[in-house]
Amino acid sequence: MPASSDASPILAVQGVSKTYEGGFQALKAIDLEIAKGEIFALLGPNGAGKTTLISIICGIVNLSSGTITVDGHDIDRDYRAARKKIGLVPQELTTDAFETVWDTVSFSRGLFGKKKDPAHIEKVLRDLSLWEKRDNRIMTLSGGMKRRVLIAKALSHEPELLFLDEPTAGVDVALRREMWAVVRKLREAGVTIILTTHYIEEAEMMADRIGVISRGELILVEEKTELMRKLGHKELTLHLQEPLGAVPEGFSDYDLSLSEDGSSLTYSYDTNAERTGIASLMRRLAEEGIRFRDISTKQSTLEEIFVNLVEERA
Amino acid sequence: MNFTAIAAIYKFEMARTFRTIMQSVISPVISTSLYFVVFGAAIGSRIEEVDGVSYGAFIVPGLIMLSLLQQSLTNAAFGIYFPKFVGTVYEILSAPISAFEIVIGYVGAAATKSIALGLIILATAALFVDLRIEHPLWMIFFLVLTAVTFAMFGFIIGIWADGFEKLQLVPLLIVTPLAFLGGSFYSINMLPEFWQDVSLINPVVYLISGFRWAFYGASDVSIAVSLGMTLVFLAATLGAIAWIFKTGWRLKS
Repeated sequence: MPASSDASPILAVQGVSKTYEGGFQALKAIDLEIAKGEIFALLGPNGAGKTTLISIICGIVNLSSGTITVDGHDIDRDYRAARKKIGLVPQELTTDAFETVWDTVSFSRGLFGKKKDPAHIEKVLRDLSLWEKRDNRIMTLSGGMKRRVLIAKALSHEPELLFLDEPTAGVDVALRREMWAVVRKLREAGVTIILTTHYIEEAEMMADRIGVISRGELILVEEKTELMRKLGHKELTLHLQEPLGAVPEGFSDYDLSLSEDGSSLTYSYDTNAERTGIASLMRRLAEEGIRFRDISTKQSTLEEIFVNLVEERA
Repeated sequence: MNFTAIAAIYKFEMARTFRTIMQSVISPVISTSLYFVVFGAAIGSRIEEVDGVSYGAFIVPGLIMLSLLQQSLTNAAFGIYFPKFVGTVYEILSAPISAFEIVIGYVGAAATKSIALGLIILATAALFVDLRIEHPLWMIFFLVLTAVTFAMFGFIIGIWADGFEKLQLVPLLIVTPLAFLGGSFYSINMLPEFWQDVSLINPVVYLISGFRWAFYGASDVSIAVSLGMTLVFLAATLGAIAWIFKTGWRLKS
């Protein structure tokens, strides 16, 4: 669901900055609105300020200036109402050790002021494939299982806004896919999700909108499809039978480039243009007697877009 | 008030107690019994009565206080230090719960545990010596007040500590000496006058004196002074905790 301006946002961040005691400015006047029900991916290199921003919203780090409201509740003045709506899955595997899975997840629910609801806890544990492990002590679980426990704790009190801070860092492929399935289910249930990730593939697959944060500044917020369309383009590579010395004359209206050894010709085009020009290019090449033994196409990924963006700023 | 959250923290902490029942309860009981055997029976039989009470019975309030102080302090300190150490404190900080409620949960559990322990030691003592409690309500009052005060003190230490050494430093280097020198095993009236005056700087003197008064009706300092000093200490810890949460000291950056 894309962000719409008429519905009141579940999260509104206005002019939030954070300067740590040592003088390090982690965030510089961040403005951000998140619509109910959307999945928002926050991308950025290490130390960009992703976790600081999340920690401020959740009440773990004090803000230096600015205001934040969660579903209209100020996180300082009306912290109870604001925090009740938030679930946080932290980046580090910070779990208890001696408690059982069931106890630690039930504890989280109680901490958030919710009445006991064994049926809900059971559902959360089953969804995360933790049900069989409910009586196990946390210290006996694998890293992936502990990650699930953290998610279960965050979901125990039925949050409306869920923060997933690098949920799949150091997680194997199978578990990652399982987590994506959980995220989709939550979205269907109307939960708003904000995730930070290093795996751009993840943002590409899951997010409705993407924000890029670099050196404490939110340098871009865009709908994913729009971002991909605006900044993404496609390349068609023709692997030639005979190497060429230069791009043949008469092709200046095509964006062509020749590889260094002259063995392949690359054509960049906009996938959204009315005509890609591929058909005419092929025809022209055939007329010129340029033959190729193979062709391949490549779509620029979010990763490339992201790297370009951050590098431009650096 | 988020009573559900207070209950959650309290239950979590009490569960920790029951998981470590051996070190939580049995070891203090054994060490206290040893004190009775050594000081009460073996050496105590050669010591004359103090304030009209046999030496074995005389040391009971002091021994209970000694355990109460140490246990309240270390339990509360460990209770808040451990989440900080492993990082699970993020959940407490991000929960819809006030500082006051957090303190009630942790301090309440630590105090409960040490009070229970005090009563167990009292029962153990009854097996060794003839006990009488002249002011049982005051006895309970001092027990609870001291347990809560020292649990709060421990809570502050748990927040202050950034390593396990610091966590053990205060109980070991400050509380134990103060408790021993605070008249656990003697009446400060037995000291030379100079040392009696020095002893009055020690806050634990007032706790033990008041507590012993509740048992035998005799005290080193007046009961009103004892009570006043205990309340002053309680107020000081409350003030420190209020400041900690206001500034986020060692909890939030």
